[in-house]
Amino acid sequence: MVVLKGKSVFHDVCMGKIVFYKRKEHTIKRYKVEDTEGELKRFREAKETALAQLKELYNRTVADVGEANAAIFEIHQMMLEDLDYVESIENIITSQQVNLEYAIGATSDNFSAMFSAMDDAYMQGRAADVKDVSERLLAVLLGEEESLNQLTEPVVIAADDLVPSETVQLDKSKVLGFIMQNGSTNSHTAILARSMGIPAIVGLGEKLCEDYNGKKVVVDGFDGAVYIDPDSETEARMQEKMQQAKAHKEMLQELKGKENVTRDGRKVKIFANIGKTADLANVLANDAGGIGLFRSEFLYLENDDYPTEEQQFAAYKQAAETMAGKTVVIRTLDIGADKQADYFKLDKEENPALGYRAIRICLTRTEIFKTQLRALYRASMFGNIAIMYPMITSVEEVRQIKEIEKEVREELKKEGIPFKEDVETGIMIETPAAALVSDELAKEVDFFSVGTNDLTQYTLAIDRQNQNLEPFYNPHHKAILRLIQMAADNAHAEGKWIGICGELGADTALTEEFLRMGIDELSVSPSMVLEVRKKVRELDLS
Amino acid sequence: MKNFKYVVQDEVGLHARPAGLLVKEAGKAASAVTIECKGKTADAKRLLAVMGLGVKKGDEITITVDGADEAAVAASLEEFCKNNL
Repeated sequence: MVVLKGKSVFHDVCMGKIVFYKRKEHTIKRYKVEDTEGELKRFREAKETALAQLKELYNRTVADVGEANAAIFEIHQMMLEDLDYVESIENIITSQQVNLEYAIGATSDNFSAMFSAMDDAYMQGRAADVKDVSERLLAVLLGEEESLNQLTEPVVIAADDLVPSETVQLDKSKVLGFIMQNGSTNSHTAILARSMGIPAIVGLGEKLCEDYNGKKVVVDGFDGAVYIDPDSETEARMQEKMQQAKAHKEMLQELKGKENVTRDGRKVKIFANIGKTADLANVLANDAGGIGLFRSEFLYLENDDYPTEEQQFAAYKQAAETMAGKTVVIRTLDIGADKQADYFKLDKEENPALGYRAIRICLTRTEIFKTQLRALYRASMFGNIAIMYPMITSVEEVRQIKEIEKEVREELKKEGIPFKEDVETGIMIETPAAALVSDELAKEVDFFSVGTNDLTQYTLAIDRQNQNLEPFYNPHHKAILRLIQMAADNAHAEGKWIGICGELGADTALTEEFLRMGIDELSVSPSMVLEVRKKVRELDLS
Repeated sequence: MKNFKYVVQDEVGLHARPAGLLVKEAGKAASAVTIECKGKTADAKRLLAVMGLGVKKGDEITITVDGADEAAVAASLEEFCKNNL
């Protein structure tokens, strides 16, 4: 038995097989082969396997997210069977008498270079597809089976850390837990684990290595411990812990339908944060009073091109309808910094967290922003949608946004498309600047929502993705709490409401303080709604 | 040999999906099918070649069909273009 220790991000226990995910970085060697016929045969076989994988992937994606999103896998199949592609590989093998892997690599480079050189941004993006198809062939040849989107049974995912473009591929129903070499308790994997309500341990270090692929593991999210090849005593102990965790969850279930009210009668709203429409079921299952943060960027990250107005409208409408009149706060796109989508063609930045992101993209590339606002306004007819803008630092930005909102409303009116006139609009308080001028901002908007993750990173000048800084990272720092208090007072002075939608909202050690500050709403991962309700019901503020 | 001209209406031009549809359609024909745009020609049965033309909205393409079933293929491809591109 091997015992590893790291930082836990969700209190639960799971048991299963490890799948070690390694980002693909194939180094290709070129060598002479005598038996070119053999290489050609290997090629045909690898191609058949890759095609079968793509067919399977296509079918599953159609079932999961619809045909439009699955089309890419059909295109990949066509690329793989394309005569130019196939002939190029065969030619290189026979004319140069070299190995198949080299022929694939060279062909991939040639075609992706051709696309990269085109003057059309969309076509430039297709270079990635050619590479993707070629990577798949190479993976087949190297006998790599498991990839994040091809999990066949529930497993524990191990990796250095996962980036958003990797986590979106995950079939969430097949993930029991995460164990990560790196990452902090605020990394994406951590946030994902919390929203899924599954155990995750981060910062396990290099001792967690690929050799453990396929081994049995117990992940103890209460102690931050990982047991690889557990002995029978440990396994029995962990089984018991799992039972206790299950009992606790069942106890929480009994809080469903109950009010979020303290012993002395103070009420607070507890909403849920979601990242995609598939999470809606989780929101209802955990009895959240509404959605306090719908992160719309997942619509952008899952696509390989800008999502259309119709695609967005469909997602927002579904959220509004499912929540049946309850508040659904949708945050406009927060792309940039650590959330990248290739087709945005954002330049590499020295300091992305302080860079071209979120509202800054929206206010300079207004066509993207307008498409989203149109979809949001149209969807407003189907429920109680509120619009929220991220990364605000000044009143001028809010005024600019209002101008664009007005243009969009006028366009819709002219086209005879119905929408609600009184859609609530609010802003994220996630920069110290916004908190400091919140007295002026409160006059301009209907509500505030505090994004504690970014507010902490910007206030303490600590990169939240850097695990070396974790000792310095104090999310309960007085500076942050004072900024929140300031924003709350300023919101209330103008008769506006204020919520907290960052990770801190679910930190039950602070629930009492937040209620004393007068916070009106806490928006937390669906899996934390009942936990926070329990805490609220235990409090007495008198 | 049969040919026809068509001006692409699709907002994004002949990007992956429409190009894929066209290649699939052309692939059904026994005749040779070529597509020409802005002085460049490609075999319409080859996806990467068609995509490589970089056809955009408003570009005129000429599709040429040459072979035994050319009349029927040209007619059905023209219909296809109107409905899909």
